[in-house]
Amino acid sequence: MKQEREQMSIVIVGHVDHGKSTVIGRLLADTGSLPKGKLEQVRQHCARNAKPFEYAFLLDALKDEQAQGITIDTARCFFKTVKRNYIIIDAPGHIEFLKNMITGAARAEAALLVIDAKEGIQENSRRHGFMLSLLGIDQVVVLVNKMDLVGYEQRVFEEVVREYRDFLSQIKVDPIAFVPISAREGHNLASCSKEMQWYEGPCVLELIDSLKKEKNLMEQPFRLPVQDIYKFTEANDDRRIVAGTVETGKVKVGDEVIFLPSSKRAVIQSIEGFNEPVKHEVGAGYATGVTLAPQIYIKPGEIMCRAEEPLPVVGNTFRAHLFWLGRHPMVAGKKYKLKLATERATVYLKQIERVLDAAELSVDTQKDRIERHDVADCILQTVKPIAYDLSRDIAATGRFVIIDHYEIAGGGIITGSIAETDYIKTHVSEREVAWEKSNISPEQRASRFGQRPKFIVITGTFDGLQANVAKGLEEKLFRNGHNVYYLAIANLLHGLFEAGLGRGEEEREEDIRRLGELARIFTDAGLIFITDIPRLDSYEIDILKALNQPNEILVIDLDEYVSSRDTAGESLEILLKQIETVLYQQDIVWDYSI
Amino acid sequence: MNQLEKLESQSIYILREAYREFKHLCMLWSIGKDSTVLLWLARKAFFGHVPFPLVHIDTSYKIPEMIAYRDRLAREWNLKMIVGSNRQAIEAKETFPDGRVDRIACCRSLKAEALKRTLSGEWPRLRYNQQIGQYEPDPYQEAYTGVIVGVRADEEGSRSKERYFSPRDQENEWDVGDQPPELWNQFKTDFAPGTHIRIHPLLDWTELNIWEYIQRENIPVTSLYFDRGDGKRYRSLGCYPCTKPVESTARNVADIIEELRSGKFANIAERSGREQDREDGGTLETLRRDGYM
Repeated sequence: MKQEREQMSIVIVGHVDHGKSTVIGRLLADTGSLPKGKLEQVRQHCARNAKPFEYAFLLDALKDEQAQGITIDTARCFFKTVKRNYIIIDAPGHIEFLKNMITGAARAEAALLVIDAKEGIQENSRRHGFMLSLLGIDQVVVLVNKMDLVGYEQRVFEEVVREYRDFLSQIKVDPIAFVPISAREGHNLASCSKEMQWYEGPCVLELIDSLKKEKNLMEQPFRLPVQDIYKFTEANDDRRIVAGTVETGKVKVGDEVIFLPSSKRAVIQSIEGFNEPVKHEVGAGYATGVTLAPQIYIKPGEIMCRAEEPLPVVGNTFRAHLFWLGRHPMVAGKKYKLKLATERATVYLKQIERVLDAAELSVDTQKDRIERHDVADCILQTVKPIAYDLSRDIAATGRFVIIDHYEIAGGGIITGSIAETDYIKTHVSEREVAWEKSNISPEQRASRFGQRPKFIVITGTFDGLQANVAKGLEEKLFRNGHNVYYLAIANLLHGLFEAGLGRGEEEREEDIRRLGELARIFTDAGLIFITDIPRLDSYEIDILKALNQPNEILVIDLDEYVSSRDTAGESLEILLKQIETVLYQQDIVWDYSI
Repeated sequence: MNQLEKLESQSIYILREAYREFKHLCMLWSIGKDSTVLLWLARKAFFGHVPFPLVHIDTSYKIPEMIAYRDRLAREWNLKMIVGSNRQAIEAKETFPDGRVDRIACCRSLKAEALKRTLSGEWPRLRYNQQIGQYEPDPYQEAYTGVIVGVRADEEGSRSKERYFSPRDQENEWDVGDQPPELWNQFKTDFAPGTHIRIHPLLDWTELNIWEYIQRENIPVTSLYFDRGDGKRYRSLGCYPCTKPVESTARNVADIIEELRSGKFANIAERSGREQDREDGGTLETLRRDGYM
């Protein structure tokens, strides 16, 4: 088989009518990447219709052709140089298509940004500059086009360079080069121009060939955002596989890994695959799966890292550079969903530091909302701590999108961490101050009921078992004369809680918060309040504990009592007895009732 | 990583995203090479298993070898195989060319309509029973909210405008002008009630990539793709009244790859043997807005 050629994606951006199509047409023509006879055909077509030939027509002609099935599409063109193959992503220059521009640009490794020398810097010249920096494309070549219309004057070129460089420095973008070109006349694209002897730099094609392929992701610390945990037991497969794509670094069998934010640790036991030779190591770029020893319970969204390498930040408050595409502005106090790598979390806009208006080139530090097409520096806060990196350290785990009403409404990169504010603690102390105390003291209730109020949470990873144990426990305690009440989340979903469609992570956070608040009320009433929540992690237990204050909580993890899914009546009875013993031994419920 | 490894990795990522986010997920399997590669990628993504049903729309005009091949793989790979069809139209002979309708109308009713009603659960589905090796009525009638489809951006104009995760409304409508942004590896996985999402893990693959991958992985494809002695083979598979074989002496996967790289097909569109494309103004956009794949 022949040696595979390197391939690179380049996006071409800039204000509408600044000549993107002409640049692409020229590049295709001058590199001989056009189908045979195409150029002649378009020239003749122009002559017949008495219109001057333009290279932009080439692109249109190719688009027509592709409607019949040839492999050049509206958004993508292909050309090759001696060095490698290129995919040119033609991004729309019109503001209405900003999200398409972003979609195209996010897939690119480098960008050509076209500015019309005569018209100068326009709104989208700036906005697209912003977007490139936000999307993490740091290889940018600026083409100052239509130099033929300004008499190839060095002064005009330098004026554009000065003004645009000023702007770029504000957003910390440092372009690789500025090139004066005339795409129509073919100056400085594939070969150097005689008209602009004053320009001593390389032509566009040379610059394109000098662009670097992606940074060496293998050398960075290992990050595998967990996409899912698979166990296909019904197909007779007992492997428990943690699946995901390695974003950076590498890992091998025997390495100790740590999952963040849960901080759980394990050792890589095997690297799994289908129809491939056994692997002992896997690195950046590969979609893979591993088995662990011991088998720990982790959740999709956690980041698997190597214990001895620099770790991501775990926290809930960070500073971000964000762009907004949503139909409704982004405002403080509204609940949004954040997607960062494979993590999903509820997030709030805490503070806007400044909004950059690309149209006006102004900075506004007073704005209280982020409007559509705005770019902002702001502080975001998730309800739960998440693991992330600063974007400048590791791009893949340092960027995110924001969902508003089912749509990707914004995206951004994390620029800094901020010390956490413990909002649960603040909330609980405020709540306790506001709490209207009854005339009956907790001690009076305790002595009447012959029990201390208690919030008992049954958890574990055996679906179905938790509820049986919780109900069984309620019955046992009830028969022993206690005032006890079991409440399942299901009982609340069609009344007190909103019956949302999904019961995903986001809803879970909210369910747990509400149960915590309910527990505070039920235990205040002097009851032993029992509920079951599967798969509680230590963070969630802390939340329940905090919300139930000042009353006591007991979390029973069934995984510590049972080793296999066996919910048969007899073993349930044994299990309940065990738990009951724990309750009495630990003086959780008093061993008598009057 | 080489280009094929990158494509594979990205497709697996997309499949796993889909499996994680959509409770009612299915994959369309047309029996052709693309959706068979897609099926293989699912086995890669899920370590030998295919954890969601495969839906095939049977127009009753499929080349018989295709159906035999479908049922063989369903058995060997332990697939959850679902078959749907527009029985009414087939029985009433509202078909082309032996019926009363033209090609486009036939496609619309036997494929687009059948697909829409099968996915929504309105029309009965057949499910392959692995124990007895036969199809029987499917007891489940829930609508699929995530539908994985093996379209490629390079196939024809309208497909090049697709996203990896592409929302459709209740009527299966596709709003080409207003598609969600996709950045990095974040796709539209949140959907409003009543809408569903089409998922396109093969969007970045070319016809050549497909054959290179079939070769690398040694994926079984139907022999209709190869010249079996008469100097003809199918380059793209569909219903026999509307799909013509092409002149070719490619007898195996390696021959096909050579033909696509530098041989006679290097510059000829893949779907040139598909008549309905021509009648739809060459874009398929009309059919696709209606739910055609």
